[in-house]
Amino acid sequence: MRELDPANGSIGPESSAANTGARRGALGFVTDVTLCIGCKACEVACKQWNDLPMDDLGLTGHSYDNTNDLGATTWRHVAFVEQFGQGRGSQSMSNAPGSNWLMLSDVCKHCVNAGCLEACPTGAIIRTEFDTVVIQQDICNGCGYCLPACPFGVPALSQTDGKAHKCTLCYDRLKDGLEPACAKACPTDSIQFGPIAELMPRARKRVTTLRERGVESAYIYGDRAVGGTGGISGLNAFFVLIDAPEVYNLPNMPELPQRKTMASYLTTIGTAVACGVATYLTLRNR
Amino acid sequence: MADSDCVVIMGANMAENHPVGFRFVMKAKERGATIIHIDPRFSRTSALSDVHVPLRAGSDLVFLGALINYTLKHHKYFKDYVVHYTNAPVIINDDYRDTEELGGLFSGYVEKERRYDAETWRYAGQPVHSGAEQHASEDFQTREGVAGQDDATKQQTDPTLQDPRCVFQIVARHYARYTPDMVEQSCGVPRELFLKVAEAITSNSGRDRTTSFAYAVAWTQHTTGTQIIGACALLQLLLGNIGRPGGGILALRGHATIQGSTDIPTLYNLLPGYIPMPSRPVQSHATLDGFIREEKLETGIWHDLPKYLVSLLKAWYGAAAQPDNDFCYDLVPKIEADHSFQAMLLMMKDGIMKGLFCMGQNPAVGGQNSILGRQALANLDWLVVRDVHEIETAAFWYDAPEARRGDIRPTEVKTEIFFLPAAISAEKEGSYTNTQRLVQWHDKGVEPSGDCRSEATFLYDLGKRLKELYRDDDGPRGRQINAVTWDYPTKGPFGEIDLEAVVKEMNGYTVVDRRPVTGYAELTDDGSTACGCWIYSGIMPEEGRNLARARSGDDRAALDWGFAWPGNCRLLYNRASADPDGRPWSERKKWVWWDGEQRHWTGHDVPDFPTTKPPDYRPPPGAKGLAAHAGDAPFVRLADGKGALFVSAGLKDGPLPTHYEPWESPVSNLLYPEQSRSPVALSFPRPDNRYHEPADLRFPYVLTTYRLTEHHCAGGMSRWVPWLAELQPEGFVEISPELAGELGIDNGDWVTVSTLRGQIETRAMVTARIQPLRIDGKTLHQVGMPWHFGFGGLAAGAIANDLIALVEDPNSRIHQAKALTCNLERGREPKAGRRGTGGEGRGMHPSRDDGA
Repeated sequence: MRELDPANGSIGPESSAANTGARRGALGFVTDVTLCIGCKACEVACKQWNDLPMDDLGLTGHSYDNTNDLGATTWRHVAFVEQFGQGRGSQSMSNAPGSNWLMLSDVCKHCVNAGCLEACPTGAIIRTEFDTVVIQQDICNGCGYCLPACPFGVPALSQTDGKAHKCTLCYDRLKDGLEPACAKACPTDSIQFGPIAELMPRARKRVTTLRERGVESAYIYGDRAVGGTGGISGLNAFFVLIDAPEVYNLPNMPELPQRKTMASYLTTIGTAVACGVATYLTLRNR
Repeated sequence: MADSDCVVIMGANMAENHPVGFRFVMKAKERGATIIHIDPRFSRTSALSDVHVPLRAGSDLVFLGALINYTLKHHKYFKDYVVHYTNAPVIINDDYRDTEELGGLFSGYVEKERRYDAETWRYAGQPVHSGAEQHASEDFQTREGVAGQDDATKQQTDPTLQDPRCVFQIVARHYARYTPDMVEQSCGVPRELFLKVAEAITSNSGRDRTTSFAYAVAWTQHTTGTQIIGACALLQLLLGNIGRPGGGILALRGHATIQGSTDIPTLYNLLPGYIPMPSRPVQSHATLDGFIREEKLETGIWHDLPKYLVSLLKAWYGAAAQPDNDFCYDLVPKIEADHSFQAMLLMMKDGIMKGLFCMGQNPAVGGQNSILGRQALANLDWLVVRDVHEIETAAFWYDAPEARRGDIRPTEVKTEIFFLPAAISAEKEGSYTNTQRLVQWHDKGVEPSGDCRSEATFLYDLGKRLKELYRDDDGPRGRQINAVTWDYPTKGPFGEIDLEAVVKEMNGYTVVDRRPVTGYAELTDDGSTACGCWIYSGIMPEEGRNLARARSGDDRAALDWGFAWPGNCRLLYNRASADPDGRPWSERKKWVWWDGEQRHWTGHDVPDFPTTKPPDYRPPPGAKGLAAHAGDAPFVRLADGKGALFVSAGLKDGPLPTHYEPWESPVSNLLYPEQSRSPVALSFPRPDNRYHEPADLRFPYVLTTYRLTEHHCAGGMSRWVPWLAELQPEGFVEISPELAGELGIDNGDWVTVSTLRGQIETRAMVTARIQPLRIDGKTLHQVGMPWHFGFGGLAAGAIANDLIALVEDPNSRIHQAKALTCNLERGREPKAGRRGTGGEGRGMHPSRDDGA
């Protein structure tokens, strides 16, 4: 239904692109929790299209979540958060979305400045023509540097081939003008795919509507206009949420670890210099 | 549904089990509709609804009855609609006595036979009907359209609705004790919450607004299932929500094309298109003339029964079917007795039935009292299982819990099992019929692998072999097999049957030139037309044009998307979307209306009404068929064209829906203390199918069973699929934190659940989504178990149906799996220990295994 028109996708109007902070031609997802019914069709469609094996974790006891987290073989993951006794939603008859049972389909955020990409020593992780972030499997050597570099904990090493894996935003499908498998499978359009230049204004409008309907807590997670993205500069896979990020197991103030390296680097140099000086002084006295 | 102003989902878990259809609920919600979910459990549907109303499983009819009472008491009913379009004004026979007068029984109860004689339920002045209406209440036949009186002009009515004997007043009296307080005591729903729901529904009904109801098998699977649905129909008629956009009662269907399987039936008591199956005990059914005399209704659409039936016989028996041999009517098998699923299980167990073909079904897991079911399978001579995986029904003899325990020895199971590989949906072409009676075609994606074949190909091949085998047989069986037309074209590398040829046969054609007819109006009873299923007529109006393939949608009726029977009409009885004069009730709810200039019905949809019959048409005396219906009688499939609030014939358990407790209930019936259970429910008391008495202290908890999004029915298509299995990898029982606290159970612990049929061990999922209720002043705990799991596949678990009893709704012969009683204890099943029933606990808290 929402087949990608590459012409449309790559030539967004300059002004709206500037508004959203998206690069020209950037494609991505908005995942709207207020429309998610927790059916996990996205997880299955993802695994089927990408031929990923089952995680086989057994019954976890975490509500209806039995895949636990994003990982090397789970690139979409639906989190289930039961919040009973906290009085939200479902008894109010308010026509306001949101209930005591939160569901969120999590995915790689395809960051505008991606920590994993910056940390990758082999150049395996690239930014594609769609502004998505992809790990090239034939180049990845499995060093695992991308793992701690991702503030969201998305990439993971496979126990089978030892390499790092994560969502490709269905790069192969995009090349053929198809939308990613998860968005295609979503029955309620909770997952929407398209040019960021279109998705972001749509999401902002959605948040306004939700607030008008009484969901004061609605906001966009990953809107660069909001700030607080710690050097990431925005997410190409962003979310409409109605509770604090931590509730959905997302970091409140994600930050590129690289941002901390300068201070560490300078501290290290300072310490080395100080040690050197101290050593020199000590030895000179003998 | 997207047009609804209020959507009530009750007896269904739509977001989980019909997620694709649920998108229309979400659309309605986005347009501002109120979504109400009434269900014992807080499910994914509740999470998306504006309000969740937890109620005691099995108390639905109290809740619905109270909604009816509220509607009448507060004058919230749609008066113009009720007076003109329903049988509210009709006067009922003087002899009729209500449950209010007879302590929970209607007049006409024959105690010895546990059945009703429906004679006293007749409309006043109506003679005792000798045909369909009468025997419908006497045997295993069910019959649609018999409610009401043959000739509407002879009905005695009171349009002011004041006569104490008119339906409206009878209904008001019948539900007077279904009050908000009764809801609070019996359903466990706080009075205020009930009133909030009642207010939402009634304020969203009327000229300008509509409310829709959606239900699924959680209404059906009760001993009073038909009556629960009937109560909803009664309510929706009072509110004027039938035949109008955004209204209606949606029976959520579509899994395994269930709607299609009743249209072109796999049901033992129906022929295609809801024609009753001839039955041996009904003497008049012995001949075609007798059958027609018995079953034909003089007025309404069923007046043309002979045309539908003779055309069916022509489609089946071709040239062999001639007027002088009654079109081979004698070759149609006749029902001998109850051949429904549960009766079949008992016949297998008792050695009466020797063989079984099992396709697209997994009774070892999905059948009620499945312990008995597996014993029944083990008592067969032969069993053919066609499936995509080696399901439990094929593997029970060596892999079932009783085999693992050593209770049965594989070497001693005499059943010869033929396990044949089946093609799955993407490997075959065909159609699905869904909730909206919408038939959608799908092509084959890939050729089936190996020896896998479609059911159609298998059956076609089997039929050809049978014909070969019986070629020279002159006996009754040989004559039946030889007379059947069995000449479909084949195609593809495996010589598979061309299913569009079957579509053409269902559509119907003129015999002489095999030209498709354009609709059932063209069918005849002289043998010049053939039609495999009259209600599907019009699906292929010309050669090669299969409307089920159509894929052009729009935001209205989407008439160019698929084909909906009858005649591509999307909203049944849509004449009711206009007022008696044919004008839309309101601009906002415009759907079908009378165009006075062009003198025909028009609108967004195909009118479900004779196109040129004016609103002011009044039938002349003695008119037959649809001509006997007035221009303001929208319910064309009923004998008098009026929506039946009071069902005077055709139901086995009474003319008005009445609350009876589930067969096994923790409480007695607060409304009718003398009559706790349905007086006419069908039970099978025997040592292998024992029941609990009401309020049996050994079984204090309410058990309800349900499905999960991640699995499909008895799991044959999902539990073997890794991507689905990992999402719900093991069986469990959902219990409230309060009950868990009482019993010392932690999340993930093993628990044993038991009834008098059996006991199973499974994991506890402790969740606040299940809440204890206050019923009649006491705390009542409910527990819920998904019934998908079995001992096979990647996602295994104990079989919930091992706990369920064989006990039936007398109309539908559906079992009761949505409300029963059980016991629950901490720890594993005694002795079964590690052998378990499949769930060996690969994941959660391995250290907690009690291993009792």
